[in-house]
Parts: sequence; C-alpha cells; structure tokens
Amino acid sequence: MALNRKIAYINLSTGEIRKEDIPIEWRKKFIGGRGLDAYLLYKNNPPDIDAFDPENRALISAGIVVGTLASASARTHIMSKSPLTNFLGSANMGGWFAPEMRWAGFDHLVIWGKAEKPVYLWIHNGEIEIRDAKEIWGEDLYDMQTILRQELNDNEIQTLCIGPAGERLVRFANVMTGRKNAGGRTGMGAVLGSKNLKAVVCRGTMDIKIKYPEEALRYNEELINQVISSKVSQTMQRWGTMFIYGTTNSTGLVRTRNFELNQLVGGSDIECENLDKVSIGFDGCFGCQVHCRHRYIIKDGPYAGTYAQGPEYTSQGAFGTEVGCNNMNTILVGNHLVNYYGLDTLETGSMMAWAMELYEKGILTDKDTDGLKLEWGNDEAVLELIKKIATRDGIGDILAEGPVRAAKEIGKGSVKYLVHVKGMSNLHSDERPTPSLALGIATGSRGSDHLRSRPAIDLYNLPVAVLEKVYRQPDGYDGPLTSGYNKYEGKPRIIMWQELCYMAVDCTGMCKYHTVFLSPNHPNFPEFAKMIYYNTGLEFTPKEIWDVANRCYTIERLFNIREGLTRKDDWLVDRYFDEPTKLGLPVAFNKKIDRKKFKAMIDEYYSLHRWDSDGVPTPELLKELDILDLYPGKGQEKREEK
Amino acid sequence: MAKMLMVDYEKCTGCRLCELVCSVKHTGASNPSRANVHVVKWEDEGFYLPMLCQHCVDAPCRSVCPTDAIYGDEALSRVMVDYDLCIGCKACAAACPFGALGFDEIEKKVIKCDMCDGDPLCVRFCDMKAIDYVDATTSNFEKMRDASRNFADLMTKAHGG
Repeated sequence: MALNRKIAYINLSTGEIRKEDIPIEWRKKFIGGRGLDAYLLYKNNPPDIDAFDPENRALISAGIVVGTLASASARTHIMSKSPLTNFLGSANMGGWFAPEMRWAGFDHLVIWGKAEKPVYLWIHNGEIEIRDAKEIWGEDLYDMQTILRQELNDNEIQTLCIGPAGERLVRFANVMTGRKNAGGRTGMGAVLGSKNLKAVVCRGTMDIKIKYPEEALRYNEELINQVISSKVSQTMQRWGTMFIYGTTNSTGLVRTRNFELNQLVGGSDIECENLDKVSIGFDGCFGCQVHCRHRYIIKDGPYAGTYAQGPEYTSQGAFGTEVGCNNMNTILVGNHLVNYYGLDTLETGSMMAWAMELYEKGILTDKDTDGLKLEWGNDEAVLELIKKIATRDGIGDILAEGPVRAAKEIGKGSVKYLVHVKGMSNLHSDERPTPSLALGIATGSRGSDHLRSRPAIDLYNLPVAVLEKVYRQPDGYDGPLTSGYNKYEGKPRIIMWQELCYMAVDCTGMCKYHTVFLSPNHPNFPEFAKMIYYNTGLEFTPKEIWDVANRCYTIERLFNIREGLTRKDDWLVDRYFDEPTKLGLPVAFNKKIDRKKFKAMIDEYYSLHRWDSDGVPTPELLKELDILDLYPGKGQEKREEK
Repeated sequence: MAKMLMVDYEKCTGCRLCELVCSVKHTGASNPSRANVHVVKWEDEGFYLPMLCQHCVDAPCRSVCPTDAIYGDEALSRVMVDYDLCIGCKACAAACPFGALGFDEIEKKVIKCDMCDGDPLCVRFCDMKAIDYVDATTSNFEKMRDASRNFADLMTKAHGG
C-alpha cells in the first residue's frame, strides 16, 4: 500500500545503506514529503556545519500521495542546508521521478558523506546500488540522461541529476529530472555535487495499493474537474505560466533592469502568444491535466534545432525583463541553457541583472567582464554570461557564489544594488506595490521566493466574501481580511495561510497549481483530507492537516534559528523602502513599502504564528504541536545574548 | 455502431494518467507495469505516443493462441482473453505487432486492453483526448477535415476570398 514505502539512509563515504520503515506516528505528525524531510533534517543534521561538509544531509522525497490518484501527484522534494543562504535549503520539482521512486519502493532518501569518486545511485524494486559515474561526470543534463538509459538498457528509468554547474559547486545549481523539471532554488545541486553524487536513477514495478480504488478514481475525476474548470487553469493549459506576464507587465509589477524599473516598456516580443511559433506540443507532469509547459524547438541563432521544454514565467523575467531584453529567442535559449547546465533560472537571471546594473554604474568594467558588454538588452552577452556562470569562467566564477558572497568579493558598494532576502535573490516580481507579496518574500523559510507563501490571488482584488471562504478555514480565524493589493491590513493572515497550505501540498506531493495559488476555488485542506483518505486510508480532518503543516513549518523555522537566523533576516533590502516605482498603472506607480507599516506586519505575522517578538516559536506552541523536544536551545542562547 | 480507440500523438502531453487509471481500475494498484496502455516516449526528440491494443479484426494474438483463449467480442468490437482457457504461454504477447499484450507478474497472466467494457477510463481521464473512443466508421472524417484545411484555404484565396 501507499504507506509501506521505506526510508533509505545512505552514507556515501562508507557505502553503507540502511532501509527502514516509516513509522505510522511520523505519518500522523508529518504526513511525508517536505514535512517529514524537515523533521529528518532537523534531527539528523549537526548544527552549524558548512553546507558542503559531508555531514550535511541531502534529503530526497516523494509525498504521501505521489503516484496515486491524487491529481498531479508528481512532485519530488529535495532538502538540505543551503550553500547559498546557510539556512534551510529546499527545492521541489515535477516530472516522473517521484512516482518512479515510489514504484521502486522508497519515499525518502537521507544521503550524507562524500563518495571517493563520482557515483550515482541505482534504485530498483527495493534495491539500492552505488555505481561508478565516470561515464556521466562532466556531461550536461540532457546527454547524461540519455547515456544512463543506454547504460542501464532501460528507456523507462527516471533520473534525478545535477549538471556541470552542480559539479562545479555553483551555489545556485539546481537538481533536475527530464529536460525541464527543476528543483531550482537554494543550490541543492551544489550539495549533491559536493558529495560527488551525479544522479539518482529509479525504476520500479512495485504496486502502490490504493486503499479505496473506486472511490479514489471517482474522487480524482471530481478533483480534476475542480481544477480545470477554472479559467486560470484553462489558460495555463494553453500557455503555461508565461500567460501571467501579460497582466503583470502591463500593470507594472515586473522587476526590470534589476530594480531600476517595474515594467519592460515595449516588451511584447516575449508575450506568451509567440510561443506558438516554436511549440511542438504541450507537456504534462505525471497524472496532470494542466500540462503547463510547451515542448519547443529553437528556431533562430546558433542553437537552432535544439529541443527544449518550458519556458516558465520566471525565465521571462530572468532573460527578459530583469536584464532588459525583449527577445523571445533569448528567453527560449536562456531557458535551454540553464536546464542544460543545471542552474536555477531565477538566481541566474537576478545575478546577471545585478552585474548589469553594476556595469552601468561603472562598478564593473570591461576589464572585470573579459570584455563582455553587460549592457541592458544585450542578448548575446546574457547568453554568454549564463555559460560563464555555469562553468565558473571569469566574472562567472564570482557570480556563481551567489549574491552575498559575490558582493563581498566585488565590494565598491555593489551590495546596495542586490535584491535578495536571506542571501537568495528574488524572482522578477516587483513587490513594492504589493505589501502582502513583500511580506511573503521577507519571511519565507527558504529566502526570497514565490512558492513559500505567495498569496497570488490577492492580486485579483477579490471580494472579501471570497477571501473569507478561503482564509478563515480550517482553524476559524476571525481577524481582519482585506481586498485590495496595495493594503497592509489583514495581509499577514493570508501569508501564514498560504505558507501552511503550500506546506501541506508539499507533504502530499501534489503540485501547487492544484491548490489555492492561482485560483481561490482550487483544492485545499478539505480536499487534501479526502485525497489522502481514499488513496491511503489515513484519516485526517482538514484542521489536523493544518496542524501538521504548522508543525512542519515550525520545524523549518527552528532549523533556521538553529543556524543563526534572527528577526533582521526577515526583512527586505533598502531599495524596497527608498526607491518608489517609476512606471505602471496607478495601482503600481510611485509605490514603495512603508517601513513602519511593514514592521507592524511582521509583528502581526509572528504573533499569528505564536512566535515571540524575535521570531522564535514559543515553548507553548511547541508543546501544543507535540515537538517540545525540538526546542532550540541554541536559538534561545542567541536570543538571550542580544 | 462499432466504436474504436483512436490515438492522436500530437495531443499527448506524456502525463501517463492513462496508465495510472488503467492499472488502478484493473488491479486496484498504481503500477504502470500492470497497465494495458503505455505512453512510449522519445525523450531526446520530445515525441510521445500512447500504445495499446488495436483490437485487430484479424488479430495475430488470436491466430497464434493454442487454446483458442482469445476471441472477438462483436458487441464491443474488441479482442478479449478467456482466462479459463488461457494457459499463460505468452505466444500472443510475442505475436502482437504493437507489443500491446503484457504479462502481469503478480497475477501471472497476460494482460491487454478490454476497453473497460465500453467506457474506457483512459479516454475519460484524458482531457486532451489523445486517446479517444470514437465511431469506427466515421473516425477518419475529422482527420480528413483537418487535412483538407490547407486546400480549402488555398481555394478561398484563389477565388479572392
């Protein structure tokens, strides 16, 4: 059944592999996926170690309903201490890897140590082998998967792997499966690279027994209809996430030229409709009807004829607005290159945009860039710079260290042009007009990011009645909620709600496009309860799932505190408060975040979480969540020192 | 009227939901190796094709079966296995030109598509209708219409439209 999958503890230094059952108590307390990963990381990682220390655990997991009749139950989660932020590292990707890992018998891998030479893991029907990776070390992400299919003589294998960027310890190297599915954020690829682990390959033919097959089939159909009957899903089916740009850019919510502007004026070539010129069809992750990306063939330039997948909204920003390019081909090629080399598209784009602003300000010169003209809108320079970062060549070697370390290396006041939180760069959304979104990136447990707590539906200015239907449940919140995305009031609650909703989704292994992310009518806690019950037989009330999510999110917070996080890390860079937006519609024009109001939002956010005024979870909360044994002695000491 | 399963590779997104629902319906478990449909993927080219029994009129599996366990069910225009007669020799699997007969290791029997008795789940769950359940005699009309579109456009232009 779905609950008999195992945890494998794999020590790459000694080659020792231990397989253990997952206790049912853990299922009840943490469900699985990201939630159980958080617990395992907190319990197993020695505090304060370097992310590249062999003792740093890398966790790879599939959520509790992955591979079952839960809609889009495809997600793989990867967690570790991040070499980019030195806090929690966490990334999530779609594709077919996680279901295959479950058919091969495993839900969680806990990997530590460092192999003497490059290796990969071969996991098949309950067996795990550590194999020599000399045939694939140094290979790009496309070719290495082909080589593995040939080496193992099986076209059905699913591969989680790192590219040349991960091997070179680029601090924002991603983990990928297939041509496009990327666990992009927080440098999880570099952690695997530091362990000499090039890939994890799965193949399985073991049953995942469905507890109530007929009901699960019927409910799956209902769930799919709930998701794809919404207009936003239908738009995603046609264009993928790139459709978002049409609205956000015309409103003025798009970070442009690093942080100079909030709209790419005349940026019509990168509108999603132009995808039709290169698309050869759609692509859907396991069991998903939203199929939010295209398969495409690059038509122009030196990469003509290359087959790739995507691109996402984030790449529109990374190789479009942020670097001032208005060229669909640059987006298509840039997206291909980051996937080919194994880089986080968001961080890559942001690092390049920052470098270009430094170039404009004269902080970086031709001497520093090996003659590369880092001028806004220079398509060729952008594509060249991606390669330099991936191969750590010249200026790329400095940028590969991520924002904080690179700013230290470059000096000359470069730090004040960075746009990051906790050492991770923001994507290309400009949150100055939207306090709720700004609070989300400031407090997210993995740094500046849109998939930790983004209340995207706040941008729809929905009637309060709709917001109440979503955000009052399942714990009966009775505080303020407001419609209107320029407002500060009532927003901390929706950030907390989305945090726990996304945590719950990540525990199940579903995709966030199947929950309240882009539509208020999509599944959330009550639906998760039914889905888990029909597929696994485990009973939860919606409130119990909320409590699990709260427990797991609190553990992530405890991990960060143990690693030295304080209240000042839940904050934005000065530019958000000091530089008003220069373009856009009245709702987005001349906007900046108000420091005082923002501080009050953080206070309210902490108190909703029942964290103290320093952002440390209170013992009472931990007791109530039944994790008092995880009380952060170390965080407490630091707090007292202040 | 006879109906058939028709596959359109251009519509397939490769999500493999067809495999999932097929295996759950027939075995109660999620396990693509026990499903009667499989999306064959050419990963380096980005080409996906769902493969399943074509329910041939003159079926090679039926011809080679030594115990006459495979028979044609006229009512639903399908090819079926009578498991009371089947000895599990797998000659049918070897003879099928599409690889559409598999072997279920757990139940120790050959498996193939049974059209879910007239309500194929793979079709019901495929939003794209990459697999569709269509009227056999007119199934080609839509394709004809698509193929004739270019010609129609040209003719319209030629007449100054």
